[in-house]
Amino acid sequence: MNAIAKDKVFIAFQTNDETRSIVEAIEADNREAIVIRYPAMVKIEMPGRLVIRRETIEDLIGRAYDLRELNLNLISLSGNIEESDDEFVLYWNQH
Amino acid sequence: MNMPTNPQKPAKKLSLKENYSHLTRGLGWDTSYQPMDKVFPQDKFEGIKIHDWDKWEDPFRLTMDAYWKYQGEKEKKLYAIVDAFQQNNGQFNVTDARYINTLKLFLTGVSPLEYAAHRGFAMAGRNFRGTSARIAAQMQAIDELRHAQTQAHTISHYNKFFNGLHDYTHMHDRVWYLSVPKSYFEDAMSAGPFEFVTAISFSFEYVLTNLLFMPFMSGAAYNGDMATVTFGFSAQSDESRHMTLGLEVVKFILEQDPGNVPIVQKWLDKWFWRGYRLLALVSMMMDYMLPKRVMSWAEAWEMYFEQNGGALFNDLTRYGIRMPKYHEVASMEKHRLSHETWATFYNYTHAAAFHTWVPEESEMKWLSEKYPTTFDKLYRPRFEHWREQQAKGERFYNGTLPMLCQLCQIPMFFTEPDDPTKICYRETTYRDEKFHFCSDGCKDIFDNEPEKYIHSWLPVHQIYQGNCFRPGTDPTAPGFDPLAEVLQYYGFHVGEDGGEYLGSPDAKNWKAWTGKPAVSE
Repeated sequence: MNAIAKDKVFIAFQTNDETRSIVEAIEADNREAIVIRYPAMVKIEMPGRLVIRRETIEDLIGRAYDLRELNLNLISLSGNIEESDDEFVLYWNQH
Repeated sequence: MNMPTNPQKPAKKLSLKENYSHLTRGLGWDTSYQPMDKVFPQDKFEGIKIHDWDKWEDPFRLTMDAYWKYQGEKEKKLYAIVDAFQQNNGQFNVTDARYINTLKLFLTGVSPLEYAAHRGFAMAGRNFRGTSARIAAQMQAIDELRHAQTQAHTISHYNKFFNGLHDYTHMHDRVWYLSVPKSYFEDAMSAGPFEFVTAISFSFEYVLTNLLFMPFMSGAAYNGDMATVTFGFSAQSDESRHMTLGLEVVKFILEQDPGNVPIVQKWLDKWFWRGYRLLALVSMMMDYMLPKRVMSWAEAWEMYFEQNGGALFNDLTRYGIRMPKYHEVASMEKHRLSHETWATFYNYTHAAAFHTWVPEESEMKWLSEKYPTTFDKLYRPRFEHWREQQAKGERFYNGTLPMLCQLCQIPMFFTEPDDPTKICYRETTYRDEKFHFCSDGCKDIFDNEPEKYIHSWLPVHQIYQGNCFRPGTDPTAPGFDPLAEVLQYYGFHVGEDGGEYLGSPDAKNWKAWTGKPAVSE
């Protein structure tokens, strides 16, 4: 069997002060993440699986963070979601 | 008593999962005075079998307290910006007044769908017997009402300065091209609750709305429209939740019973094609109506459907689901869709509540670059011809009424999948009557549910039957002008709302009020 390229998941946020740290946290936790900047919008693509960690964001912003706050600046996403108190994960099931 | 032993130490907070589980499991109950089947009479007739409603999980696990808190924050943010926009005459900071026509199309075509979605989800919430499904539908019903309201509030400011925005609900229920979005949504709302959520939450919101909102909102930002970006992004933040719901709904239905798979596949085929046809309006907005463009329709289709949609359907193959039927036709059409659509509106703009125009030379150059195999060969010569005619004072308007597709209600201007120079016609005979379609996709949908679509309210038929005149109109009166009368019935201000952009009151006002040219360079 040929190895097939992993399908990408993505998440897009409004460009603003809050999401600057969120994007930075995503880049730190997902080494293959590709960040694309559009007018007023930032989109992050990642092959297969993308994880957003509460602790990484908290370290960057210096306060407690509830992952549900992501809702405030979210524009769109693609992938299955698994959310807990500590992590927000987007993934595709690979074959 | 259950008093905490140490009053200094608060009880441990429930985890997200526990909280959500209490809301969606603990608060539900089965009725006892009446059988559940009588209380929820609509969630079985579509043939979908649900064995365990508790398997329905909302991955965002939003509880009511969090819902109100975050929605409240979104509203405060939005209205602060809308206030600032209005106080600073932000309407004059957009690229040029051509841009406003995208708002006219949005307000008359899309905002009423937000309201329809509010109604649709309220009904779906009533009709599902599973508690978490009901809660998800209820939250979405409230979200959609918020979208309809925030859009009306935001765009109402533009109504003080530009034409065509004065009566969008009246227009939505009557105008020929607005019957396209209206009939699309009413088709979904008049289906059963499972088809409704598959159509709207999955096929539309998950598979297709990125094509509407992402380029449109980014486009609004790029064209200086701060107010629209803001309501768009505010709505979109809810939309991400709706999309997630859409994927979860489909997975839930598919996992419940293997017999559900072919039913869902049929809905996916139908609603992909219906949604794709609806997006023809978006394609022309992206390629022609935004003075500053973010990306072309073809690029957006490749990114959001072919790549992201492809990944999504790869994920669903494990359930036995395949890509929606005719997706390859949509991809074949991506290099011509916007050009064919804009040309049609150029023809009929005197009967529309927004303006059209011939693209500037620099814009045609962009179109040639984005569409190297089609634009110069097939579409540029037509625009150049129209531009010459306009220069001679003979701006072309089409005085006839077009034939409409019985299903999508769009004029029959789409071309054969393998021949962009030949109009595509399909027909079916049902009960001795002939029905016409723009595509195999639309014909298949009709053939599957003919009794539903023989009732379609087709604007052109209705005009010819005399149903689109104001009460008391006498069509036999001497000098009766049917077109002028229809436009009155639509609630248009004739000579202001539609027609050619150059020389329109909007274009003149723009120059007078801003000192900037009607067409930006």
